Amino acid sequence: MAKQIFKRPEALKDAIFHYCPGCGHSIIHRLTAEVIDELGIRERTVGVPPAGCAVLAYNYFDVDMGEAPHGRALAVATGIKRARPDLIVFTYQGDGDIAAIGTAETIHAANRGERLTAIFVNNGVYGMTGGQMAPTTLIGQTTTTTQRGRAPLRDGYPLDLSQMLAVAAGSVYVARTSVTSPKSILKTKKAIKKAFQVQMNDLGFALVEILSQCPTNWKLSSVDSCKRIEEEVVKSYPLGVIKDTTGKGH
Amino acid sequence: MVKELMCGSHVIAEAATRAGCRFYAGYPITPQNEIPEYMSERFADLEDATFIQAESELAAINMVMGASMAGVRAMTSSSSPGISLKLEGISYIAGMELPAVIVNIMRGGPGLGNIAPSQQDYFQATRGGGHGGYRTIVLAPHSGQELVTLTMKAFDLADSYRTPVILLGDGLMGQMMEPVSFPDPIDPAKLPKKDWVLNGTKGRNSRLIASLHLDPVEMEQFNWKLARKYAAISEREAEHESYLLDGARFAVVAFGTAARIAKGAVNRAREAGLEVGLFRPITLWPFPEKELRALTRTVKHILVFEMNLGQMVEDVKISVGEQASVHFHGRPGGVISTPHEVENVIKKLMYEYELDK
Repeated sequence: MAKQIFKRPEALKDAIFHYCPGCGHSIIHRLTAEVIDELGIRERTVGVPPAGCAVLAYNYFDVDMGEAPHGRALAVATGIKRARPDLIVFTYQGDGDIAAIGTAETIHAANRGERLTAIFVNNGVYGMTGGQMAPTTLIGQTTTTTQRGRAPLRDGYPLDLSQMLAVAAGSVYVARTSVTSPKSILKTKKAIKKAFQVQMNDLGFALVEILSQCPTNWKLSSVDSCKRIEEEVVKSYPLGVIKDTTGKGH
Repeated sequence: MVKELMCGSHVIAEAATRAGCRFYAGYPITPQNEIPEYMSERFADLEDATFIQAESELAAINMVMGASMAGVRAMTSSSSPGISLKLEGISYIAGMELPAVIVNIMRGGPGLGNIAPSQQDYFQATRGGGHGGYRTIVLAPHSGQELVTLTMKAFDLADSYRTPVILLGDGLMGQMMEPVSFPDPIDPAKLPKKDWVLNGTKGRNSRLIASLHLDPVEMEQFNWKLARKYAAISEREAEHESYLLDGARFAVVAFGTAARIAKGAVNRAREAGLEVGLFRPITLWPFPEKELRALTRTVKHILVFEMNLGQMVEDVKISVGEQASVHFHGRPGGVISTPHEVENVIKKLMYEYELDK
């Protein structure tokens, strides 16, 4: 008899992703859903999607979902979690959402050590609005609002939010990963799982930043987009665990 | 019943707690800091209650949004400039049909303004305030005891209509100490169950609370749904007080602290033999339109008194149409009129219309 070795996670609805071909969101959705299944927390998980490309994430995740205004996901999530500490609450946010308009909400949720899991998808552009400069856009990178390339004197520098959050005393686990290859995808899944476990163990704030490809707005093929992350983006945003104090008696 | 002498802000905080409020998030701003201070201490002894001093007004209202999604009675409070910051969240709360109580202890404006009592946010409160054409129920207390009843009522209204409710006071309401008595606390566990909250999918399909409707037709239908809800609120919930209006030939219309001052003015004018009374809207939205229009069967001249440059006066004019002449007296910027000042305006108008004979 044939053994089923691959199926749609229960935490994902039977729906077709609206994301562009080659976009990292679909992979990251699936990984998050797999982790929720594997940890057996689907029936007590609440997700908070962002404004941005993933605004419709609730069409895909088969868990309770509550919308947040642009950038406010971690404040909304704080309200849900504090009101019902038995729930597992995660936010799913892009770079514009979490690192520009929502910077204050993000830093203070981390600094309060909120028992929350943040999935931070960094593709270096505002995707849904058509490819404008994001806080994470690299120096020299062309976007629709930096058509001659991001110039620090005019446009500021790429913001390393994860490093900033690692400084906050309330953050327990901060990691940066990518989804450009089978190996990096497996590493990302491991990091997401850990970020949920940190919350399940009531340790504090956990965040996984995932460098993600945006072929549409980068105007590159899917393969070249992955290559760009591996060869260029990681120089500004090095991969790895940025902070992990789970073993230090938190 | 035992009476306690308390400042208005403490009364609001205690009444909210007794109404079953178990989540409060706020940011310091004068003249309402006594609310978060009281809440922080009161909630410290309640195991099921959460107090958060948020990093911003925005964060505070969004935390309230989240707590409300999870089914808990939730409140935030602020003063005028802080309420402006919260409007984004209030629009979303209205769009997601979530209950929430928002206290605005108004101060002088515009801009940073000052910290003196004012009623300059009437337009903002009664016209929704934020984007998207929503409404909020607006309650305007004018005494310590009414702070108790209206704060508690705010939570019931918010839950029954799944809508944000504004408790609109001002610096004077917040600071003034009056004797009040409280009803027994409500046990939050005994409140009606909410069948729409986000509490995990055990035994049911997943739920969504969102205000996004990309399809214009769907968005239109949702707006009509809100319109029907607002019509029902307007029909059922308008509330006012008639003060010395029996046999009156002239009426003052005022709310909140201005109504308190107007009562003094009306009392003095009555002592001088003038047939004048006060019509006091308790709900500013819905505005007690029908009740005010009914008054014009006997009263043909009205003075609207507000601590602003004339905002509620527009609703009074809409209500009475051509049935009465409407006059206005107001002081903006945090200046508090004396009853004597208002009495003089009443006397002058009644003299002009030969109502003093």
